[in-house]
Amino acid sequence: MSGPGIPWYLAVSAILFSTGVAGVLLRRSPLIVLLSLEIMLNSANLAFVGFSRLHGQMDGQIFALAVMAVAAAEVCVGLGLIVAMARRRLPLDVDVFSELKG
Amino acid sequence: MGNFLTWVVWLVAAAACLGTGLRVVTASNPFASALSLIGNLASLAVLYLLASGEFVAAAQVLVYAGAVMVMFLFVIAYLGGRADAPWAGGTRLIQVSSVIAAVALLAVTLVAVGLEAGDQLSSEADVTRSFGSPAAIGQLFLTDQLLAFEITSIVLLVAAIGGVVLGMRSEAEGDRVPGKDAQ
Repeated sequence: MSGPGIPWYLAVSAILFSTGVAGVLLRRSPLIVLLSLEIMLNSANLAFVGFSRLHGQMDGQIFALAVMAVAAAEVCVGLGLIVAMARRRLPLDVDVFSELKG
Repeated sequence: MGNFLTWVVWLVAAAACLGTGLRVVTASNPFASALSLIGNLASLAVLYLLASGEFVAAAQVLVYAGAVMVMFLFVIAYLGGRADAPWAGGTRLIQVSSVIAAVALLAVTLVAVGLEAGDQLSSEADVTRSFGSPAAIGQLFLTDQLLAFEITSIVLLVAAIGGVVLGMRSEAEGDRVPGKDAQ
C-alpha cells in the first residue's frame, strides 16, 4: 500500500480514543457524553479497519460494521433516556445523578 | 506522485479528524459539538477508504453521518440546546484530573503498542481489488459471519423496542413538554 502505514492509523485511533475519554470524564451534559462515546467507538472502528488491512482479512471490517450497529442501538436507547429525563424535568447534568454512588 | 497524493489526503483527513474530535469535546454549544462530530465521521470515512474499507466508509457516511446524527440534532433541538461550557465555573480538580487521565491513557496505549507490536505492524498483506467491496463484505456476512449478522439484527430490534418504551408517555406525567413550564 502506498501512503501511510498501519502505525499511523493506530496513532490517530489512540489519540481519538483519548479525546473521547476526556470528553466522557469532562462534560456534564449527557448529550455531549453520548457524542464523546461515539468518538471512542469510532476510534475502535478505525483500529479494526487498520488491522483488517494489515492482515489482509476482512473480518475486522465485519466487526467494524457490527460496532456501527451497536452504536446506533446505543444512541437510540441513550437519546430515549435523555428525552425521558427531560420530560420528567430532571436536570440534564450527569453529576446530579449520584443515587447509585457506592 | 500517487504516493505523495495519498499522504496529502491522509494527513488532511487525519488532521480534520483530530481537530473536529477535539472540538466535539471542547465546544460549549451542543449544536457545534454535534456538527463537529459529523465532520469527524466524514473524515474518518476518508481514512477508511485509504485503508481499503470501501463498504465500511459508505456505511459510515450513510448510517452515522446520516441517520444517527440527524437523530442527535433532532434531540438537541427538542431539548433547546443549552450551552454547557466544559470549564464553566472555573477549572475544578476533577476536570484537570480528567484531562491528565486521558493523556496518561494515550501515553500508555502508544508505548504499549509500540513496544509490543512495533515491528509487526510494518509488513502489510497484499490484497486484491475486491478487498472491502460490498460484494466481498456481503459474501462474508452471509457465510462465515452469519451469526454476527443475525445477532446484530436482534440487537437493533431490542434497541428499537427500548426506544419506543422509553418514549411512551406514562399516565402520571401527563403531557408535560420541556419549555412549556415557563409559560
